[in-house]
Amino acid sequence: MAAAATCGTGAGSTGSIGAAACKNNVTSFQRKGPRASGTDSGCSRLVSIAGTRPSVRNGQLLVSTGLPALDQLLGGGLAVGTVLLIEEDKYNTYSSLLFKYFLAEGIINGHTLLVASAKENPADTLQELPAPLLDDNCKKDFDEDVCNHKTPDSNIKMKIAWRYQLLPKMESGPVSSSRFGHYYDASKRMPQELIEASKWHGFFFPEKLSSTLTIEPCSLTGGYRKLLQFIQNVIYEEGFDGSNPQKKQKNILRIGIQNLGSPLWGDDICCTENCDNSHSLTKFLYVLRGLLRTSLSACIITMPTHLIQNKAVIARVTNLSDTVVGLESFIGSERETNPLYKDYHGLIHIRQIPRLNNLIYDVSDVKDLAFKLKRKLFTIERLHLPPDLSDTVSHSSKQDLAGSSKLLGPGCGMMAGGKQHLDF
Amino acid sequence: MFPELNNLLNTTPDRTEQGKLTLLCDAKTDGSFLVHHFLSFYLKANCKVCFVALVQSFSHYNIVGRKLGVSLTAARECGQLVFLEGLKSSVDVFFRAQAEPHPLQFLREADAGSLQPVYEFVREALKPVEDGQAAWRYPVLLVDDLSVLLSLGLGAVAVLDFMHYCRVAVCWEQKGNIVALVHDSGDAEDEENDILLNGLSHQSHLILRAEGLATGFCRDVHGQLRILWRTPSQPAAQRDRSLTYQYKIQDKSVSFFAKGMSPAVL
Repeated sequence: MAAAATCGTGAGSTGSIGAAACKNNVTSFQRKGPRASGTDSGCSRLVSIAGTRPSVRNGQLLVSTGLPALDQLLGGGLAVGTVLLIEEDKYNTYSSLLFKYFLAEGIINGHTLLVASAKENPADTLQELPAPLLDDNCKKDFDEDVCNHKTPDSNIKMKIAWRYQLLPKMESGPVSSSRFGHYYDASKRMPQELIEASKWHGFFFPEKLSSTLTIEPCSLTGGYRKLLQFIQNVIYEEGFDGSNPQKKQKNILRIGIQNLGSPLWGDDICCTENCDNSHSLTKFLYVLRGLLRTSLSACIITMPTHLIQNKAVIARVTNLSDTVVGLESFIGSERETNPLYKDYHGLIHIRQIPRLNNLIYDVSDVKDLAFKLKRKLFTIERLHLPPDLSDTVSHSSKQDLAGSSKLLGPGCGMMAGGKQHLDF
Repeated sequence: MFPELNNLLNTTPDRTEQGKLTLLCDAKTDGSFLVHHFLSFYLKANCKVCFVALVQSFSHYNIVGRKLGVSLTAARECGQLVFLEGLKSSVDVFFRAQAEPHPLQFLREADAGSLQPVYEFVREALKPVEDGQAAWRYPVLLVDDLSVLLSLGLGAVAVLDFMHYCRVAVCWEQKGNIVALVHDSGDAEDEENDILLNGLSHQSHLILRAEGLATGFCRDVHGQLRILWRTPSQPAAQRDRSLTYQYKIQDKSVSFFAKGMSPAVL
């Protein structure tokens, strides 16, 4: 894994994992090639990738998922080279939103995107990305830059720090925020200029049905085989796996795969319990993980696990993914009208966090998390039960509330756990 | 290796039993710390180790190994460690047709493949050196993990056959040890996995089972470890010895304590 914590300082710092790993030069993300003799100069290039930061725990390179709240729950962000699996909510409303946040974060940071879907054309998905929330100052600068970017000199002459005026002007992109995670406005669309300035590859399965394959038939279904070949081509040709030494500027490839496992991909794992190609999906995930571990990329996959009939497959898929987050929205369920949950739109479960390069991992103590989509922001917070203040609540409704609160984890502790409501 | 776990198992790197199959099992938690323990233990015991690592990359084990006091790169360079990196090799095998048979050849096959190439690889890696000078004490095979082989299209019987062949080659012929990790799917009703787990449990001499706590998540106690000593060849006349401890994983070690005696509680 890329251990980039202290590599930027060069050979000066010893006694840290980052520098030691660079000295040995055996991380998967080091380029295989003539530099394998192990020089420290190779490490400093890993630090300067936009939109990444090293983890505080083990120097692992992290990218933001697009939601700062989710980054914090995952221990700082999504590690480069890993898979984030999102178990979709029932109507795919919020999981597609998380998917779009991930892609939008990639555009803001200048990462290359690879969007794969069997349902929606990736070009349409990119049009629907949420707009980033900028500070007012940045927004004004952005507008000004767009209008008169030909102006060489700034209008304000520096009086005190006049030496700084002689420094070369920094090339600032439209959104020059160097923060790690960004906030997005779900009600607005991302500006067209940003989308056009970004580099992206789309894989829309219905368009690729007739294309030829170089992988011989194995137990993978056709859709998965083509997708793997496409991803491998992009990684190889653009040099994300270090195979192209002429590349000066390293970048991250963000891969987004939507509705993996659904029947639209040609897989019947969601339709029957005993399917013919039951290993297709798990084999795909394994080879995908192999591709990710040997390249500078991060992947988000949304999967309709609520449709998969065979629980064993869900367990295997969870074991084959690194980070697994499950979404459970209240739409259509009886919890929508339950006064306990009136402030929230759904629950979010962090099912698995990987232990990468470490025996321990950052896990938050809070296990009951709920999300809500306010007008602009998607927030994740600890599930707080409202206090039971009313005196006139009838006995039966109190029992209902107590019954549903039993489903929450032991972390809430506010309402009675059993069916009997004790009146003191 | 974790010194506390060595005390519990009553072994040291200098004094170990040979010809044994150790089964590592985890249920509702991550048992990979046991794999790191045994890897560093056998490297320190000066054994020749063949590590079939199917789920994580080499640098992951290397970085953790360095925290535990062994260097995997040095071991690999001097020939003590033979490392089969599943993730990296799978990409090579899958996208490019290989000239010579590759251990992970079953990834390219349409129907259920066999693990014979992997067995040949293990045998080749652990065969004794002919020049008479025994550099390493005895061979050890470490597999992380066997449940992922079921996800890749192999049947439980194929994996059990593979383990049987390896046991003959490593444990019986060369008096070496085998350590393998299998996930317990619990209530997920994974029949193939249950067949594999039950089959291996009956053959193993030592079972280490890491379970999550029945009461849920706890910050100070990460899980419970059950140690079961067995004698597969003899009839069940004598009772198998079993111990249960709870553990907490720290940055460079794991501390074990009796049930309910966590330092956070006392």
